[in-house]
Amino acid sequence: MSVALDPAAWLIEPFAAFGFMRRALVACLALALGSGPVGVFLVLRRMSLIGDTMAHAVLPGAAVGFLVAGLSLPAMSLGGLVAGLVVALLSGLVTRFTRVKEDASFAAFFLISLAAGVMIVSLKGNNVDLMHVLFGSILAVDDTSLLLVAGIATISLLTFALIYRPLVVECFDPVFSRAVGGPGTTVHLVFLVLVVLNMVAGFQALGTLMAVGLMMLPAVAARFWARDVWSLAAVAVAMAMASGLLGLAWSYHADLPSGPAIVLTAGGFYLLSLLVGRRDSLAARLLRRRRHLEG
Amino acid sequence: MGGVIELDDLTLGYERHPAVHHLSGAFAAGSLTAVVGPNGGGKSTLLKGIMGLLRPLSGRVRLHGPERRDIAYLPQQVEMDSDFPITVLDTVLLGHWRRAGSFGRFDRAMHAAAIDAIDAVGLAGFEGRLLGSLSSGQRQRVLFARMAAADSPVILLDEPFTAIDARTTADLLALVLRWHEEGRTIIAVLHDFDQVRRHFPATLLLAREAIGWGETAAVLTEANLERMQRMGEAWDQAAEICGRGAA
Repeated sequence: MSVALDPAAWLIEPFAAFGFMRRALVACLALALGSGPVGVFLVLRRMSLIGDTMAHAVLPGAAVGFLVAGLSLPAMSLGGLVAGLVVALLSGLVTRFTRVKEDASFAAFFLISLAAGVMIVSLKGNNVDLMHVLFGSILAVDDTSLLLVAGIATISLLTFALIYRPLVVECFDPVFSRAVGGPGTTVHLVFLVLVVLNMVAGFQALGTLMAVGLMMLPAVAARFWARDVWSLAAVAVAMAMASGLLGLAWSYHADLPSGPAIVLTAGGFYLLSLLVGRRDSLAARLLRRRRHLEG
Repeated sequence: MGGVIELDDLTLGYERHPAVHHLSGAFAAGSLTAVVGPNGGGKSTLLKGIMGLLRPLSGRVRLHGPERRDIAYLPQQVEMDSDFPITVLDTVLLGHWRRAGSFGRFDRAMHAAAIDAIDAVGLAGFEGRLLGSLSSGQRQRVLFARMAAADSPVILLDEPFTAIDARTTADLLALVLRWHEEGRTIIAVLHDFDQVRRHFPATLLLAREAIGWGETAAVLTEANLERMQRMGEAWDQAAEICGRGAA
């Protein structure tokens, strides 16, 4: 069976052959739908690194879940969700009502949370468990986690549809948003909840660390292709989906861990976009120097 | 007396240091007032206080007629993300927020009004351009178009012509004067005394306290300007607690 000669078969065969691969793929696609737009808004809000912060913040909750119920994804997700929400909302509120900047207040709370997480994990459990929490296990996605990931994607999309306009205004012109009596603070907190939810969904599949990759890389890459908010989100979703598909197939054929394979694929998309994207990429810059418009 | 915005012994400031100190007076309905004064004299702070973006340290702002959200407010340019991927048309449509809110539809009339507003500031054809691709003068035109679309009865402008080219300034100033003819109440923080003398009937000379407030010719006198110079920008770290607040 020559892989190089038939890319379609290379892409389809793993999913046709194994149920767990199909489930993993569906989880990735659902994940892409939610994390894509979340990542785009994080980039637009200059909060690109907050995703990373949140990934660490989720740890103590997941660890407590692990202590209570063992290697149970629902328990660990619930714990992660609670820890993430506490960190996100505390940071958000501190920023809104004091002069502490958002990145500083996130840094403070996530470091506390991370240390607590490491402490809890080290009380019980061994390195293998820790690796599992950090890197996830998309190939072990069962029906329950699939439902959770799909549920979170659904909630995310519906919420985005609802808060789209106030969220855009809050990102773009917060003073205007306050002046017209827009629901700025509420919308910001709702958005932070979405970040946490999607982090937990990603944590199911990819682990806390890798989940950020699927959230941020396509979002950053999208800026080289699209120019307004909705199209940025669409491109990010498409790229995240493609990363899931290609990454899973790659990890299957080359016998590599799936989480890093997926995120590395997303990283490949980013580098490609940086080089040959339609807007502002290196190639676009070189070409534009020669051809400009008349007016 | 017929004031739309009434300041009642208003003190505004930061970390308990007053930037606007025991200011009382009223902006009459349909008035066009320039607010001038030294840096740190509390001009921007006053606008923020009127908008409710800053809570008074003492005293209060009373609105007679309009609600807070009926007031259009143009802050200094630094406060918004001018690189945000939003088009000129979408930005101007946001002017309709009072009617459309967070969830309402922008109907055909609103679209038409937005296009008219964009024409009125001389940006016809720019509807689909991204804000980030415009010059600062063009961006200021867009923000004026957004205010035109908002159709607000009260308009606050914070240094609307700073760092703006002469032609744009002239165009936008003409728009402000037209709003004045339409009976709107306008308060503008300005630096150019000539401009104020020529176009603004009323002036508030503010150096933490009102040095003068009334007809421009009566306020911008040599004596008053000299007094303004002397008030300076002092921020006294060791300031005593103000004894006047016993209201």
